[in-house]
Amino acid sequence: MPRRSLWKGSFVDAFLAELKNKKDVLANKKIWSRRSSILPEFLNTTVRIYNGRNFVRCKVTEEKVGHKFGEFAITRKRRPFGAPKGKK
Amino acid sequence: MVQTLAMPVAPALSVICNGHNNNLLTNASLSFPVSKQPQYPSLSIQCARVGGVEIPNNKRIEYSLQYIHGVGRTRARQILVDLKMENKITKDMSEEELITIRDEVSKYMIEGDLRRFNALAIRRLKEIQCYRGIRHIQGLPCRGQHTKNNCRTLKGKRVAIAGKKKAPR
Repeated sequence: MPRRSLWKGSFVDAFLAELKNKKDVLANKKIWSRRSSILPEFLNTTVRIYNGRNFVRCKVTEEKVGHKFGEFAITRKRRPFGAPKGKK
Repeated sequence: MVQTLAMPVAPALSVICNGHNNNLLTNASLSFPVSKQPQYPSLSIQCARVGGVEIPNNKRIEYSLQYIHGVGRTRARQILVDLKMENKITKDMSEEELITIRDEVSKYMIEGDLRRFNALAIRRLKEIQCYRGIRHIQGLPCRGQHTKNNCRTLKGKRVAIAGKKKAPR
């Protein structure tokens, strides 16, 4: 789903763009840049994406290309359902 | 008075329309008074079938096309414009016109194909566990809407939380 105009290309932070052809460097690297899109060059690497608290490990598969890194590390805890016992 | 006069005229006029089907201009000028005739629900039992299962009835073709899943206001309008067809009531359509409309409708992705396409797209999102997919699993809106209130389409009917208000502060 290309939302950005095509002539701009997909957005990737500069330091990640440099790592394009150096896969071994990217492997298991911590990524703070949740806003960068996943490029096809990053395929088959495992990265750790920051979610504001800690790092979520994520394997880049073919289907994830084109999405942003941030989509795969959820920033919010899900409130447990039907357990507001502590509140009174 | 008007109705009694109109009754015998209506079938005759529609026959003329069907006969002059090749000439669109005369067709348009002739069929306009026909469409203004009062409708008798008992007369129109048979329904037209366009695009598989759909059965639009005695409405104008622009609106009866919208009963097809995947054809909305814009696309129904576009189909008529593409065919340069005049917006008649569906049951006044001749068989050839219906066939041309069927051909035009079959160019688009409709009904089962469309449903399957959408379901597949959603399944893909769920499988890769991205944010939108997780929201789909949770049954919450995935386009950043607020969920404090509303979102009733996705969340379903309101469920009363037991003892929420009763507890005194």
